[in-house]
Amino acid sequence: MTENAAIEARNVSKHFGQGDGVVRALDDVSVAIRQGEFFTLLGPSGCGKTTLLRMIAGFESPTSGEIRLNGEPITHLPPNKRPVNTVFQSYALFPHLSVAQNIAFGLEMLGKPRAEIDARVQKMLALVRLEQLAGRKVSQMSGGQQQRVALARALAPQPKVLLLDEPLSALDLKLRKEMQSELKRLQRETGITFIFVTHDQEEALTMSDRIAVMSAGRIQQMGTPREIYTQPVNRFVAGFIGETNFLSAEVRDGQATLPGGITLPVRARNGQTTLAVRPELMRIVAAGTPAALPATVADAVYFGTDSHVHARLADGAEVVVRVQSGADGASIPAAGSAVGLAIAPGALQVLED
Amino acid sequence: MRERAFSVTNLPGFATIAVAVFVLLYLPIVTLVVYSFNAGSSPSVWQGFSLHWYALAWANDQVKDAGIVSLIVAGFAATISTVVATMAALGTTRQKAFRGQTLIYVMINQPLMVPEIVTAVALLIVFAVVRQWTGYSGLGYLILAHSAFCIPFAYLPIRARLESMDLTLETAAADLYASRWQAFRRVTLPLLAPAIAAGAMLAFVISLDDVVITEFVKAPGQDTLPTYMLGQLRRAMNPDVNAISTILLGVTLVLLSLFYLMTRKRD
Repeated sequence: MTENAAIEARNVSKHFGQGDGVVRALDDVSVAIRQGEFFTLLGPSGCGKTTLLRMIAGFESPTSGEIRLNGEPITHLPPNKRPVNTVFQSYALFPHLSVAQNIAFGLEMLGKPRAEIDARVQKMLALVRLEQLAGRKVSQMSGGQQQRVALARALAPQPKVLLLDEPLSALDLKLRKEMQSELKRLQRETGITFIFVTHDQEEALTMSDRIAVMSAGRIQQMGTPREIYTQPVNRFVAGFIGETNFLSAEVRDGQATLPGGITLPVRARNGQTTLAVRPELMRIVAAGTPAALPATVADAVYFGTDSHVHARLADGAEVVVRVQSGADGASIPAAGSAVGLAIAPGALQVLED
Repeated sequence: MRERAFSVTNLPGFATIAVAVFVLLYLPIVTLVVYSFNAGSSPSVWQGFSLHWYALAWANDQVKDAGIVSLIVAGFAATISTVVATMAALGTTRQKAFRGQTLIYVMINQPLMVPEIVTAVALLIVFAVVRQWTGYSGLGYLILAHSAFCIPFAYLPIRARLESMDLTLETAAADLYASRWQAFRRVTLPLLAPAIAAGAMLAFVISLDDVVITEFVKAPGQDTLPTYMLGQLRRAMNPDVNAISTILLGVTLVLLSLFYLMTRKRD
């Protein structure tokens, strides 16, 4: 797998400060990103995702470890010697240059002949649909247009890898949705490896081929969006991606005893453990139904397409059940009523901690 | 009922004081400009409009010589101080904050704080020694002295511009294969150019206007316009001084307006 990796980080650490005050921005991170992949680094602010991106770009160097591009070590190359381009969070467009001049900048620095530059700029303008605005000053453009210029500028020199540092965070919701599909289209059409940094889990799930969920300078889990969502390995991943209910359970011989005394089969070692279950994988059934968690309805919130029913388990823990709104106006049990919560087969996830 | 928010403009007597201050500031200047067009030679009696004093000043070789000295000194001083100030501004802003940064700011801006007369006397003594060693007595001393006290005036607008400039732009240039020098040439310098021009103009105006240091440092026959006028006043009140002052005022106003246009925020 590492042979065809576009970018590979090997045991990369980054420490700031010294002694007791040392901050581990990255703590022994290893990751291999495949050719042509849309790879997302997802995590809350301060988790190290931007530090890792800046290291790949060459703006920062690791305290220890190695970065490789197509197998070649690039750990100590300055940014201008790396065939890698960045789309910055603030876009960082050159305000004194026109749209076309911004896009041409990287090609000019590479010393390409004028004719080739002009042709490439035209192609890029067409790719991001800004042909009409080639001569415009970037300061006279909207946020979405500036975003497109930033993309075109970074793609123009045909980098091996495109790095995107939360590029959509400054846009409003509607424009963000538009740019998400635009980014996917650009990635398909250019075939370039995209490494995308975001703290928005929905963005990560909808756009990525693979996601690395990061927290506290470490990669917590790596996998496809589906794997990350349906099989979170620990409490952090389960809680950060989507909504999750945590159930405490006592496991003995493959049987977990859940609050209320019911038992369900799980694949876990004996002892006290935490299980996770998504709100949409539970169903409200009549109280006393076999293998359903006994619970008391506390509250229900209507969201249009569905309702979130908050219920209290026998051990006092609160869980959320998502009930789809049916055409017949599916009945939501009244607060205080006793119900059973049926868990879909295979929905229980065993967490590492 | 809502109470009126406190504002200094609501204090009693605010308008009176404001008007008085403006009169004090501008009445003498207006008088000077008006009387420079007076046909008679009296500084207090208006005898009709005339460009007589301008013609007289123009025909006066001493005025012309002093004017040329002023322009040479101000031209060189503005150029030298702007180059130095640009380098100083780049050195003090394009990196992380370092120990002693404030001290360096203070040292660069020292000429703004030390009484000018102290600098003048100090320069007089140093240059007297140098003159004795080298035998050189040209305009170099004046140019050097003016360059020194013009540095902070050129430094301040350039530094202000650099501080408001997004450092990510240089990072982006490096990301797009620009070497450090290319990033400076193609990104930093063009964005800084208006501030550099503004700093140079400010330095030029400050040099043009200087009396104290020039008076101490100049060799005989090296009068600038301000020191020439000072010399004239010692003898008799002569309206051609009004005319020269008005011209200086005009030049200064034009340059300062350009300075304002170049440094104001653009979108």
